Amino acid sequence: MIALSSTFKISLRALRVNKMRSALTMLGIIIGVSAVIIMLAVGKGASDRISKQISSIGSNLIMVLPGSTTSGGMRMGSGTQQTLTQDDADAILKECPAVWDVSPFVRGAAQVVFGNQNWSTSVIGTTPSNLNIRDWAVSSGRNLSDQDIRGATKVCVLGQTVAENLFDGRDPIGQVVRIKKVPFLVVGILEAKGQSMMGQDQDDTVLIPITTAQKKIIGRFFPGTVQTIMVKTRTAEDLPRAERQVNDLLRQRHHIGPKADDDFTVRNLTQMLQVAEQATNVMALLLGAIASVSLLVGGIGIMNIMLVSVTERTREIGIRMAVGAKTWDIRLQFIIEALTLSMIGGVAGIVIGYVGSKVLSSIAGWSTIVSPLSIVLAFGFSGLVGIFFGFYPAYKASLLNPIDALRYE
Amino acid sequence: MELIEVENLSKIYDLGGSVVRALDGINCSVNKGEFVAIMGHSGSGKSTFMNLLGCLDEPTSGRYLLEGVNIGNLTRDELAAIRNDKIGFVFQGFNLLPRTSALENVELPMLYRSVAPRERRELAMAGLKAIGLEGWEHHHPNQLSGGQQQRVAIARALVNGAPLILADEPTGNLDSKTSVEIMEIFVKLNREQHITIVLVTHEPDIAAYSKRVIRFQDGHIISDERRAA
Repeated sequence: MIALSSTFKISLRALRVNKMRSALTMLGIIIGVSAVIIMLAVGKGASDRISKQISSIGSNLIMVLPGSTTSGGMRMGSGTQQTLTQDDADAILKECPAVWDVSPFVRGAAQVVFGNQNWSTSVIGTTPSNLNIRDWAVSSGRNLSDQDIRGATKVCVLGQTVAENLFDGRDPIGQVVRIKKVPFLVVGILEAKGQSMMGQDQDDTVLIPITTAQKKIIGRFFPGTVQTIMVKTRTAEDLPRAERQVNDLLRQRHHIGPKADDDFTVRNLTQMLQVAEQATNVMALLLGAIASVSLLVGGIGIMNIMLVSVTERTREIGIRMAVGAKTWDIRLQFIIEALTLSMIGGVAGIVIGYVGSKVLSSIAGWSTIVSPLSIVLAFGFSGLVGIFFGFYPAYKASLLNPIDALRYE
Repeated sequence: MELIEVENLSKIYDLGGSVVRALDGINCSVNKGEFVAIMGHSGSGKSTFMNLLGCLDEPTSGRYLLEGVNIGNLTRDELAAIRNDKIGFVFQGFNLLPRTSALENVELPMLYRSVAPRERRELAMAGLKAIGLEGWEHHHPNQLSGGQQQRVAIARALVNGAPLILADEPTGNLDSKTSVEIMEIFVKLNREQHITIVLVTHEPDIAAYSKRVIRFQDGHIISDERRAA
C-alpha cells in the first residue's frame, strides 16, 4: 500500500497543475464554510444576548403586578390599581409550595443628596429577599435586614451608579444621604449589574426598607399596598406551577368570582425570555442549515471537478495500475485530492467566516460569537464533504480496466 | 525452467453482435532467460497476447501460469502485485507520467510497494545511471528525447527487479539509430542479467535481436522459430 505522505504529495501536485480550477472548486467550499460560520455566529450572538438578559433580571422569576383601573370606560395601564398588599406577598410565600422566595417592592423617583452632590434616581422600597430574587449581592457593607423592615429604619443600600455620582470614589458606607430630605444611613453598596434588557442602568438605584418607603418616601400608596411582588422559584421547571398557584391564591384572597377578571397580572418573565431564546436558537439552526446547503453545493462542485479530473487522467491511472497500483492506492489518491481541496477550502472558509462575522458585528452592530464548536463543526463537515464527494470519482477511477485506461486517448 | 506457460488461451471480444476471436486457443511457453520476439500484422492478436501476459487484461478462457502461479485465479489487487513484482512494461508511447521528473517516474513502481523514500531515491538514481541518464533525473518527459524517454521507461521496468520485461513495440516511435541503442540495452539486459524479454514488433530487423520469433496470424501462432544467437 502506498504511503499517505506520497499520496498527499501526488494530490498537491495534481491540484497545482490546474491552479485556477482548484481555486474555483475551493471557492464553493470557502463560501459554504464561511456562511455556516457567520450564520452560527450571528445566531449564537443573539441567543447569548438573551441569556445575558435573563441572568440580569434574575433567573426563575415571576412578577405579580396589580390590575388596571377603569376610568370612564377607559382601562388604565397595568399597576394603576393598588390591589396587592404586603399580606398577599406573605401569603404567597407561605401557601404556594412551588415558590421559593418573594419580595414585594414599591418604586418611586427621588432626589438623593450627599453634601453638595445630588442625583435623581429610582428609589426602591423592598425587603431583604429582593437581592436573592434578583441574583444580586452587596459588594460591601450589608443588605437590608428584617429588623430594618420591622422598625422602618432609615437605612439604604446604594447601587454602583448612585455611589459613584454622589461619593466620587470615597467610601459611602456609614455616610448619611438625604432622600426627599429624609436622612438615610448608607449601610451597603450593591455589586455592579449593568443594563437591563430595556437598556436601563440597573445600578442607578437605591434600596430602602419597604416600610420606610411606604411611610416616608413614596407616599402615594395606601398603607400596606405594594407595587409589585417578585416571586422566585428554585428551578425553571417550577415556574409554571408557581404561576398557577400564585394566580389561584390571589383570586381567592381577592374574592374574585369564577367569571370575574383578575385584578392583578402574573408575568413569567424568565419564561418569556426563554421562549425568545429558544426561538433564536431555532433561528440560528435554520440559518446554519441554509448555509450548509451551500456547503453541499460546494461539495458537488468538488465531485464534478474530480470526475473531470479522473477522465482527464485516465491514462495516468492506467500507468499507475500497470506498475502495480492497487484498487485502494488509486482510490486513496483521488479521495485525498478531494479531501485536500475541501480542507484547504475549509480552513480558508473558517478564516473568512471569522473575519466576516467580526466585520458584520462592527458594521451592522449585531453581536456575533464564533464558537469553537462551530469551527470544529465547519471543518469536520467540509472534510466529510471532501470524502463523500471524492469517493464516487475515486471509486470510478479504481474500477477502470488497466488496459483500457492505458489505451485511453 | 518455464517462466511463462500458456494453455489454450483465448480472448474473445463481443463487439455488438460480431464476435472477434482475438486469440484462439494459444499454447506456448517461455523459459527463463529467453529473448522472444512476437511478430504479426496488426489485428493478428499479438498485442492482445502481450496484454494477457502482462496481467493487464483477463483471458476469456484458458490458463496462464507465471512462475508456476495460475494468474486466472487472482483478484485485481493480486494481479496488481504481480505486475509490480514480476513484470516490467516498456510501451511504444513510453507511458511516462507527464509533469513528473524522470526520477519520480522511475520511483513510481516502488511507491506501490512501500519502499522508504530515501531508498526509493537511491534505487531510482542508480537505475537511471545504469541506463545512461545520469544528469537527466530532474527533467520532465517533455524535456527528454524519445530515446531518453524510452530509457526512463526501461529504468522504471527494471527498478523492482522484475524477471520479465514485456516490450510492446518499444522502438515504434523512435528513429533507427535510437532504436538500435534501445535494442542493445535489451540485449545487454538479457545477456548479463538473464532477464526474460518478450517483445512485440513488426520490424524484422528489430526481431533479429531476439533468439526466438513467434508469429501470430488471426489469433493463432503460425510459427515458432528458435535460432542460435
